[in-house]
Amino acid sequence: MDFSYSEVQLMLQDSVQKFVQKSYDHNTRTKIVDSEDGYSKENWQLFAELGWLAVPFTEEDGGLGGSTIDLIVMMEEFGKANLVEPFTATAVLGGGLIAELAEGVRKAELIEKVVTGSMQLACAYAESGSRFNLSKVTTTAAIEGGDVVINGNKIAVLNAPNADKILVVARESGAATDPEGVSIFLVDANAEGLAITPFTTFDGKKSSEVLFENVRVSESVRLGSSGEALKALQKVVDRATVGVSAEAVGALESLLKKTVEYSKTRKQFGTVIGTFQALQHRMADMFIECQLARSIVVMAAMQLDSSADELEKTKSVSAAKSRVGKAIRHVGQESIQIHGGIGMTDELDVGHLFKRVTAIDIMFGNADFHTERFASLE
Amino acid sequence: MNADFTAEDLVFQDEVRTFLQNEFPAEYREKIDANIRLSKEEIINWQKILYKKGWAAPSWPEEHGGTGWSQIQKHIFATEMGLIGAPEPVPFGLKMVAPVIMAYGNDEQKQRFLPDILESNVWWCQGYSEPNAGSDLASLKTAAVREGNHYIVNGTKTWNTYGQYADWIFCLVRTDNTVKKQEGISFLLIDMKSEGVSHKPIYLLDGHAEVNEIFFDDVKVPVENLIGEENKGWTYAKVLLTHERTSISGVPRGNGRLRTLKKIAAETDDGFGNSMMENQTFRNRLANIEIELKALEYVELRTLASISAGKAPGPESSILKIVGTELAQKIDEIFVDLAAYQSLPFVPEQFEDGFQGAPIGPGNSAAFALTYFNNRKASIYGGSNEIQRNIICKAVLGL
Repeated sequence: MDFSYSEVQLMLQDSVQKFVQKSYDHNTRTKIVDSEDGYSKENWQLFAELGWLAVPFTEEDGGLGGSTIDLIVMMEEFGKANLVEPFTATAVLGGGLIAELAEGVRKAELIEKVVTGSMQLACAYAESGSRFNLSKVTTTAAIEGGDVVINGNKIAVLNAPNADKILVVARESGAATDPEGVSIFLVDANAEGLAITPFTTFDGKKSSEVLFENVRVSESVRLGSSGEALKALQKVVDRATVGVSAEAVGALESLLKKTVEYSKTRKQFGTVIGTFQALQHRMADMFIECQLARSIVVMAAMQLDSSADELEKTKSVSAAKSRVGKAIRHVGQESIQIHGGIGMTDELDVGHLFKRVTAIDIMFGNADFHTERFASLE
Repeated sequence: MNADFTAEDLVFQDEVRTFLQNEFPAEYREKIDANIRLSKEEIINWQKILYKKGWAAPSWPEEHGGTGWSQIQKHIFATEMGLIGAPEPVPFGLKMVAPVIMAYGNDEQKQRFLPDILESNVWWCQGYSEPNAGSDLASLKTAAVREGNHYIVNGTKTWNTYGQYADWIFCLVRTDNTVKKQEGISFLLIDMKSEGVSHKPIYLLDGHAEVNEIFFDDVKVPVENLIGEENKGWTYAKVLLTHERTSISGVPRGNGRLRTLKKIAAETDDGFGNSMMENQTFRNRLANIEIELKALEYVELRTLASISAGKAPGPESSILKIVGTELAQKIDEIFVDLAAYQSLPFVPEQFEDGFQGAPIGPGNSAAFALTYFNNRKASIYGGSNEIQRNIICKAVLGL
């Protein structure tokens, strides 16, 4: 048993911290969020040069190792700085599905494009009636004369407005929640019949609804075998779930730190508010929440990396997301409360961290969903 | 970073499991599963079984009869004990007074007291709290006045767990009234058979008197029973308290109790034709507890790893106390909720030594509410959870 970071992990952590310190203060982030793309292309190229985009991939696939621990080390730092760049959408979800499902030369070429920062991806899995059930897929993919024709409506497609390609989850056979019959197709974002309705999420990300209306693509854009993509999707989403949970842990630590610092400077009734025990104990509880959240995310990452038991892996992911969800609500809300009025303002970074962790709570299933998923896996 | 046990650790785990399966008496296990407390004789017998195996004091240095285990091995041992429901040895001798004697006692005191503690020949209790010194422990008033080769001790101690069983008591006493309150305290060992020592049971909400008030009325205590230097007792006691906090998360015990809950729930009708295990609300409550235990287990493992790496157990261990006790209390609540009407009979006799009656209600449900009442103590003792939060604020957050 060993809880220390490896040399490489420490370097990775240091590399993100240095970047953030030099080039990612709150004002810079605000400008990026307000820009048309909603992320910085310059930063994205830098991430590629620093090797960050290669972290989720194994060496065999052209990456830097692919361990979940590496991923959480990095994503925790992203969370601390509330980095808005579409790392999860492109490198973890999109890239992850390609690594799981694509083969041979095509796989190598696609991953190279992700790793070098020359391709943006979006993953269209959620639908208005699916909530968090990945197997609920009503979007259809029909074979017509060697082509595939896709019809359906996807929601919450993160990064679609900037994506070069969209990975769409569609059903080739079976009933709406059948785990069999689900395929994933890698479709050009400008394909005919594909309509993107962009919007910005409350945490400053570019997202969209995507309508597929008789989108006709070659059958060759299917990733993996026909109707057998769900397992890979679940695996990649589970990993991304641990990734964003680590991002939340970083953001919560930032919130705790900023709240404690603020309480040491803000004066009321002639003294700094951090001397009030009514607030001190609440900050102690925030600290405890952060430690519990961090510990369970580490546990889940370790399980994904080294457990041979698939059920244990799934349970660990749900345990982590459920517990982190609780910490998100607790620490997020208390940060605003202890800051008082200033915490409510758009100007302060605290509110933006709060909004980011609230979005993470929803992503891939909230605390209630994951508690039930955990409970159902006996 | 990985959570794997080494091959050596796995062999050790196997050895512990086999030992507990074979040596932890089955009738004790049945009692524990039914929330029935073991008698004094049974507790001592179990501790002597551990002693004979050489496992009575994993936390002691080897020179005094410790096991020489690594942090991980100690963790494995505690985990296996908790899973089977085997009680940890009563802490007052082995875990509380012994480390102080080892660190601050003289050679004669070590030889006089430690072997009997290791072998469970002498039962110790703790004399810290007083009627007017609870969380503010340093304001204690029990006085020890030096007269020749003796101290004359007068005062009252309270909340003495199992004081009725105890042969000896370790006390914090005031030896100087003229200095800051923390600086006039000494650490004194007192024979409970001394003239002038008496005790009165305190009945708690569960109808049982596991705690007592202890009265000292002109008790003559030989000066050789003073540990370390006069007026340094507070420092010694504080060191003890941090060590006390490292093994109190109760995760293994929590997992064991959760297993019992699931077993009972599967056999409990929900009144609508299903078992309580099929009730989604109830299942989710259990799931939340199980998740919380997982998180706490990894907080503990991370703390252990940092101790293994040579760091002293820091104030982070206050987390283990707060979360561990509050979680245990949540489990107590679920037992009551599960038993519902069946938890209402008030039968405190079941906790008395030598109670031979049959279990009352399914899974001995009449003990559930009493256990729930009793365990409200957990967030109060050992430095109340509010005091633990003060420690976190001061030592970690710099508030």
